[in-house]
Amino acid sequence: MSYVVPKETCNGKVLSVDFGTGDKALAIGGENTMPFLSFEGEQPNRPVIAYEIQDCPPDDWPDTVKEVYKDVSGDPVSWAKHCQDKLGAKAIALRLVSTHPDRGDKSAEDASKTIKDVLAAINIPLIILGSNNIEKDSAVLVAAAEAASGNNCIIGKAQEGNYKTIVAAALAHNHKLIAMSELDINLAKQLNILITQMGFDKEKLITDPMCSGLGYGLEYTYSVMERIRLAGLMQNDATMQPPILGDVGMYVWKVKEVVAPESDVPEWGALEERGIIWETVTATSLILAGANLLIMRHPQAVDHVEKSIDELK
Amino acid sequence: MALTGVQIFKLLPKTNCKKCGFPTCLAFAMKLAQGGVELSACPDVSDEAVKTLGEASAPPIRSFALGVGDKAVKMGGENVMFRHDKKFINPCALAVNIADTLSDDDIAAKATEVAHSEMDRVGQHLRIDAISVEYASGDVSKYEGAVKIAAEKAPDAAIILNCSDAAAAEAAVKAIADRKPLICGANDATAEAMAAIAKANSVPLVASADGLEALSALTEKIKGLGVENIVLDSGAKTAKDIIEHNTQIRRSALKKSFKPLGYPIINFVIRDDSILEASIASVAIAKYSSIVVLSSIEKWKNLALFTQRQNIYTDPQVPMQVEQKIYEITDPTADSPLMITTNFSLTYFIVSGEIENSKVPSRLAVMDCEGLSVLTAWAAGKFTAAKIANFITESGVGDQISKKELILPGQVAILSGALEDKLEGWKITVGPREANAIPTYLKSR
Repeated sequence: MSYVVPKETCNGKVLSVDFGTGDKALAIGGENTMPFLSFEGEQPNRPVIAYEIQDCPPDDWPDTVKEVYKDVSGDPVSWAKHCQDKLGAKAIALRLVSTHPDRGDKSAEDASKTIKDVLAAINIPLIILGSNNIEKDSAVLVAAAEAASGNNCIIGKAQEGNYKTIVAAALAHNHKLIAMSELDINLAKQLNILITQMGFDKEKLITDPMCSGLGYGLEYTYSVMERIRLAGLMQNDATMQPPILGDVGMYVWKVKEVVAPESDVPEWGALEERGIIWETVTATSLILAGANLLIMRHPQAVDHVEKSIDELK
Repeated sequence: MALTGVQIFKLLPKTNCKKCGFPTCLAFAMKLAQGGVELSACPDVSDEAVKTLGEASAPPIRSFALGVGDKAVKMGGENVMFRHDKKFINPCALAVNIADTLSDDDIAAKATEVAHSEMDRVGQHLRIDAISVEYASGDVSKYEGAVKIAAEKAPDAAIILNCSDAAAAEAAVKAIADRKPLICGANDATAEAMAAIAKANSVPLVASADGLEALSALTEKIKGLGVENIVLDSGAKTAKDIIEHNTQIRRSALKKSFKPLGYPIINFVIRDDSILEASIASVAIAKYSSIVVLSSIEKWKNLALFTQRQNIYTDPQVPMQVEQKIYEITDPTADSPLMITTNFSLTYFIVSGEIENSKVPSRLAVMDCEGLSVLTAWAAGKFTAAKIANFITESGVGDQISKKELILPGQVAILSGALEDKLEGWKITVGPREANAIPTYLKSR
């Protein structure tokens, strides 16, 4: 019996989505194979990792990752510049945490100013994220889309409860859009359909099927991503072909394993490494499942995932 | 490739004797093709039919154990490419490599680290399963000594003889024959000698080749020499080779019924940088490896890899459950609030995470609802007023708190009246519908 390489060719292809402007603009997606199977297809764009920053000091981040940014995190502009200039970030994800009614309830105008300031300070692409409050995001992201007009940003997240206004704003100001649903391939598909029915181009969409941290439901996110990818590639389901986002940092940097000091759980070993490895392994697992864009926090975790991608490409 | 009923029928005696319990040989053959009956039910079946059918019905990926005793790790036997199709069956073994050039004390220390690596997570006992002892000294007696120390200091671990020299492998196998070490391994030049050692000692053997074409030829050769328990080493070192080779191996075995690659896989992921090594190990764990060999086993690294392996090998059709009990979050006092939810692990993780985020010390009563989420459990009649009342009463939590108040998930507000009737002396409060509203809710109480 002689060996024949068992190739599978896909009918479908992941849509290629570009964001940012000028020579720092990026593209994600475009592959016609399951992740990293170069013997049977093309994966023209490597997964992109964006550094997460927020519009207020990261008081709720665990010390091991908060400490890394302690000199810059008081101000989103210096934080963004630090990521770009010192850490070599390829993209920034700005989360408008302080617009949340419970986290400062800053206005849409405040958010707009922050966005303009950050955009003026950096030349790498920007992802603009709301505070994940359905009602408030609807107002804030509309203002954000206008403030960032002309910068080809990714804005999000549009969810079932607020997508209409956010889609209209992204459409008007020519941004890319994250559509988020909660760990269910059918909900993800349905939201993509609703959004494209509003006249929004499916080639400007990014699907966020909701992330989970290692040990906290990672298997659900992993399998939903794999199923979305298989539907888009194997069944050529056009509604399942946008690139996939893994919003890793915020789901990792709250679990017990990245917070509990070694003195409390000696059997878990050093806390610093534990946090970095937790974010690294979560992110690496998700790029294997099909994630094209990751949002992460710890620079050492980002470095290790970038090195893993170097090896996978 | 499974045979059809008609193909099986041709191999049967065609006497319609009914001794198998079926009216005709054809009916028996049809049932056999569906896997609903064993071939042994036919008393008159020929040896040739047994052989042909046995081969055809053998699992596409051979299954056998690494190591001996109750800590042995079952490998192979997988049936699917993607975990959402069906559970990945046998979680891969994690091994640490120890070179025999280390001092005896260092070897003993590393092996002891393996012996003490066990930790519990979500009800499972997880550990570093194996030690790969590397023949780097070029001194057979040194190697034999190193293998003995490793085996003695880690009495439950499987031993992998990372050694391509037949004389050294033979000495090491004989030194710890009762541990049934895995010889790693045979290449094209050493196949005869290594296969003879593996066969004589009834131990499994790794086939090591560069690429899958050479590997297929090598496993056929080794099988022809009488060794059946073979582990595949395709020579993959980079993450790219690991994912591509392992995918092709699993696909060849499952979809092409290609027997020469129908065996478990071993991957070496050794890197200088321990976190990068873990990241590459997570590629091997997710993508079909049966043995992943590491260079170091720090506790934080073990915890992350054990957890990832557990996540990947979870049964997608059985909801993960957590233990039914009253969980204390950030040292509650008698005045702290008491909330209740169901034991679906995701529900528990999200609710307990939000309570932790609130920084309000609390108690969370987690009720066994067979792993269903709150609304599903309520709809299925598993999260009812009577059952909740029973659980709360039996838990004795009422004695630990000053004011008997229970906070219900907002999704099941409808239960509050009935629950107040059934839980005498308790105040029932309706909490938020969604977990992300819990911090605000608790802080504002």
